[in-house]
Amino acid sequence: MVEARVEAGPPQGVDWFGILARFAPLIFLVVLMAVFAVLEPRFLSSINLFNVLRQVSIYGLLAVGMTFVILTAGIDLSIGSLLAFAGLVAAAVSKGGLSNRFTVGEGQDAAGYAWYLAALAAIAVGVVGGYLQGFAITRLKVPPFVVTLGGMSAFRGAALLFAAGGPISGFEPEFVWWGQGKIGPLPGLGWAIPVPVIIFLVIAILAHIVLRYTRYGRQVYAVGGNPEAARLSGLNVRAVITSVYVIMGFFAGFGAFVLAARLNSAEAVAGTGYELTVIASVVIGGTSLFGGVGTIFGTVVGTILIGVLLNGLVLMNVSSYIQQIIIGVIIVLAVAFDTFAKSRRRTA
Amino acid sequence: MSDALLRMSGISKSFPGVQALQDVHLEVGHGEIHALLGENGAGKSTLLKILSGAQSPDRGEIVFDGKPVTLANPHAAQRLGIVTIYQEFTLAPNITIAENVFIGREPGRNGFVNWRRMAAETRAITTRIGLDLNPMTLVRDLSVAEQQMVEIARALSMDSRLIVMDEPTSALSSSEVDKLYRIVRDLKAQGLGIIFVTHRLEEVMQICDRYTVLRDGKYVGSGAVAETDVDGIIKMMVGREVHALFARRESTATGEVALAVEGLTRRGNQQDPHAAVLDGVSLSVRKGEILGIAGLVGAGRTEMARAVFGADPFDSGRVVVDGQPVRIRSPRDAISHGIGLVPEDRKQQALFLALAIRMNISMASLGNLDRMGIFVDEKAEQKVVEEYRRALNIRMASPEQLVVNLSGGNQQKVVLARWLALRPKVLIVDEPTRGIDVGAKVEVHNLLYEMARTGIAIIAISSELPEVMAISDRIVTMREGRVTGAISRADATQEKLMAMMTLSTARAA
Repeated sequence: MVEARVEAGPPQGVDWFGILARFAPLIFLVVLMAVFAVLEPRFLSSINLFNVLRQVSIYGLLAVGMTFVILTAGIDLSIGSLLAFAGLVAAAVSKGGLSNRFTVGEGQDAAGYAWYLAALAAIAVGVVGGYLQGFAITRLKVPPFVVTLGGMSAFRGAALLFAAGGPISGFEPEFVWWGQGKIGPLPGLGWAIPVPVIIFLVIAILAHIVLRYTRYGRQVYAVGGNPEAARLSGLNVRAVITSVYVIMGFFAGFGAFVLAARLNSAEAVAGTGYELTVIASVVIGGTSLFGGVGTIFGTVVGTILIGVLLNGLVLMNVSSYIQQIIIGVIIVLAVAFDTFAKSRRRTA
Repeated sequence: MSDALLRMSGISKSFPGVQALQDVHLEVGHGEIHALLGENGAGKSTLLKILSGAQSPDRGEIVFDGKPVTLANPHAAQRLGIVTIYQEFTLAPNITIAENVFIGREPGRNGFVNWRRMAAETRAITTRIGLDLNPMTLVRDLSVAEQQMVEIARALSMDSRLIVMDEPTSALSSSEVDKLYRIVRDLKAQGLGIIFVTHRLEEVMQICDRYTVLRDGKYVGSGAVAETDVDGIIKMMVGREVHALFARRESTATGEVALAVEGLTRRGNQQDPHAAVLDGVSLSVRKGEILGIAGLVGAGRTEMARAVFGADPFDSGRVVVDGQPVRIRSPRDAISHGIGLVPEDRKQQALFLALAIRMNISMASLGNLDRMGIFVDEKAEQKVVEEYRRALNIRMASPEQLVVNLSGGNQQKVVLARWLALRPKVLIVDEPTRGIDVGAKVEVHNLLYEMARTGIAIIAISSELPEVMAISDRIVTMREGRVTGAISRADATQEKLMAMMTLSTARAA
């Protein structure tokens, strides 16, 4: 078919839709905060805002990993289960091994291993879990949805088996600091910033640098945008796809460690339903489920947006059941918007 | 012929920017097998789509069985008894023969299917065309030839008066072709009209009564097959001026062979020996030479290019670069040996539409544009983009513009720039000027000459004969996965090339 298009010079006029689409999540966030601020004065207090940030920091860690996955047009439903399993392993390591894992009480567990070994163990579980899923997706050619749905069940089962019914609680203070500690107060501001919030923001900046400035980041966008063109450009498509599930697993493991630290406890039902909240955060942040389009900045905004929404609804005494309905509707609307934007891009 | 079964006259159809059909005529009589002929892009497909009701003409008249008709949609065409059997079958593989034959028209009552009746009626039709199979067999278990029979059975079940067959023999072995001929002659004897679209001219001579030739969307002529020969038809198909814009050039070929392909073979279906995609393809291209590959749709040109580039696997044969046999199992291997491929479908296979021009150009050469092996050296990248923007005259607002917003010609230049940035030894370009306007075509041709001048060996695949003849130093023709001949540009004429592309044994060269 012959294309009739005349040479496209500089695009005519300002692409208002494009600008709006790009900043839609941020605009929505500001509007939402303004609405809550008017309806509920307590919302804007610095204590509450830090509360929101602390609450979203674990979701945020996972959402950063999920951004890599969704950029390749993949999906990972297993993260909540993998997080529970990794958290239990970290807890057991902190307690000094499998046999000592139910020893209750703090400080007395001289047999336990240091926090960093616990963290490494959690991350190792996440990375291995992610690699196995990436392998199944690229080598066994099972769609990501199915592989990670299987992973969701398998890792949850592993967690339940490992926990043998009870939570593992009471870690050394250095461990707990990673979830409950604060840094500050900052000079001149008088605020102390929760450690998980710092972790989330540092990780987000690192991930932004990786996606924006590295060869690997380019490859993630390329594989997600057009896998065939990526292959014909000499990229190792299978390695890239496997890698994003490994990265996701890394964040599930790291998130598990921080969550266990915050709760000073790990249990087999931890992280239930996280996948939906995390995927919603990423998609609301403008990352396309069709792959190839999205930013970490958007994901951070999307994560905070969900946190603000839930926090505001709680302050206004809206039932948690209704909150679930709202999240469900929002995720569908966000994808509908993405599909609409995609069709506009195609005809542009 | 006043008693014609079908008479299409003055048919015109345009798409944005292109006149696909202009004042085309087609007349088919009762009990006549009519060949519809033309090069790639001559307008056959558009005419068939109009006849099947998939598209409506801008102008023109269609008279069927003496009555003027409008074919508003495929359903209307089918009700009249005009049934089209496409090259890609439209059968559903996971249901039975009977269900496929009666799909959408299942016999029965109140929404329930009368399976017994459906099976019996299917059996009655399939026996009529010599297909002896249980109607309850799943279509996916059938061979290609059998699936075609099911398509024909479906056509017959609709009480067809006119059956249109698009390239019906292209996937069949010779014994299966004989069987198809028997069925077609049988249908003819029953008074049905048949339109046969084919690239095999011997076939036209064997089985068709009359023919109509289209060229560049225009009616060239028609007549009785008995009153002409293959050469006469070829002349009608290609009789076109070589476009004045396709200026010839001096060859820059050297003596050194850059790439040689030896005995490249790829079987399509392991069970079916006739389904060879590539059958012992051998060719070579020298440094600074442009080797043109000509062939009709389905000749295996793209398949050859993809196999050499490692995009598709091959079963046997070898690729030799600079005299050294190399192992190519992926595009990455090919690139590491200095081979590049500009694929035939820019948007599906080459471009990252949602990414900026800059990233599209550098995608294959990021390995040379890095800092510490990790980061993209954006300064170096900008320089490369600027270099090729100038060299290729890519018209863009800025390197950050999304590639989706460029015209076809500029998009193609972006793809070419991606490969040039890698400084390849061999560049395979598959339909390098498809879908771009004439001005951009000339620019792309000049770029190919310029690349050849710098010593790159170029293999250029094109469906446009005048283009192949203008840009190539030497032309290799392919048909059905085999090389059928090679000819130097000086000796090549459109007639010779068309003969090499359409006849099973090369006569020219």
